[in-house]
Amino acid sequence: MLAQYVFWFLTFVAVFSAIGMILSKNPVYSVLSLIVTFFAIAGHYFLLNAQFLGAVHVIVYAGAIMVLFLYVIMMLNLNNLQETRKGFLSKALTIVSGGILMLVLIAALNKAEFQAQATGIDTSKIGMVENIGTVLFREYLIPFELASILFLGAMVGAVYLSKKSRA
Amino acid sequence: MELIKGITINHYLILSVVLFALGTFGIMFRRNAIIMFMCVELMLNAVNLALVAFSKMWGQTDGQIFVFFIMVVAAAEVAVGLAILMMLYRNMHTTNTDVLNQMKG
Repeated sequence: MLAQYVFWFLTFVAVFSAIGMILSKNPVYSVLSLIVTFFAIAGHYFLLNAQFLGAVHVIVYAGAIMVLFLYVIMMLNLNNLQETRKGFLSKALTIVSGGILMLVLIAALNKAEFQAQATGIDTSKIGMVENIGTVLFREYLIPFELASILFLGAMVGAVYLSKKSRA
Repeated sequence: MELIKGITINHYLILSVVLFALGTFGIMFRRNAIIMFMCVELMLNAVNLALVAFSKMWGQTDGQIFVFFIMVVAAAEVAVGLAILMMLYRNMHTTNTDVLNQMKG
C-alpha cells in the first residue's frame, strides 16, 4: 500500500516538474525542474528494484549532465534570453500534435496485455551491483568496451569543438 | 501483471509515454536550443523508465544493462552537443533556433 502511494507521488512530481521545465521562461529554472524530474525517475528505479541504476542515474544525470547544462547557461549568460514570439496557430498546432502523440500511444498501451510473467523468479535482486556486473562483463563485454571508445571519441570531439583557435 | 502491489506494467508504460510526449512537445514548443536539448534528455529518460519496468516484469537484468548504455550515450551526446552549442553561440551570439536556420534548404 505504501509503495502505491510512493508511485503516485513520484509520478506527479515527475510529470509536473517536466511541464515546469518546458514552460518556465528562465533556462536556469528549466534545468532545476529537470533535476527534480530526474530525482523522481531515480525514485521510480529504486521502487522497481533497480538500486544500482537509481544511484548511477542520480550521479550521472543530476550530478554531471545537468551541472554541465547549468555551466553552459551561466557561461553564455542566457538567463534573460529573448525568445521570438510565435503565432497562435503554431502554438495550437504544437499542442494538438503533442497531445495526439500522447493519446495514440496511451490508447495503444492502455489495454495491452502482457502474457509473459516472471513466475517463480525473485526479482528483488536483479538490480544489485553483483547481478548487473555479472551480466555486463559476461554477455555485454564487447558493447562495454565499445562504449569506452565512444567516450574517447566524444571527449576528443568536445575538446576540439570548443577550442578557440582553428590552428 | 503487478510489478508492485496495485501497480501494473501498464501504469509504468503510461507514465513513460506521458514523459516522452512532454519531451516531444517541448522540442516543438520551445525555440531555445538548450531547452530543446533538455527535452531530448527527458525523452531518453522516459524510454529508460519503460526499459527498467520491463526488466522488473521479466525478472531479467538485460533491460537494466540497456538503460546503462543509454546513459553512456546520453552523457557523450551532451558533451558533444553542448560543445556545438558553444561554437554556435560564439559565432552567432544566440541559441535561438529561429535565427540558427542558415542550413535550411
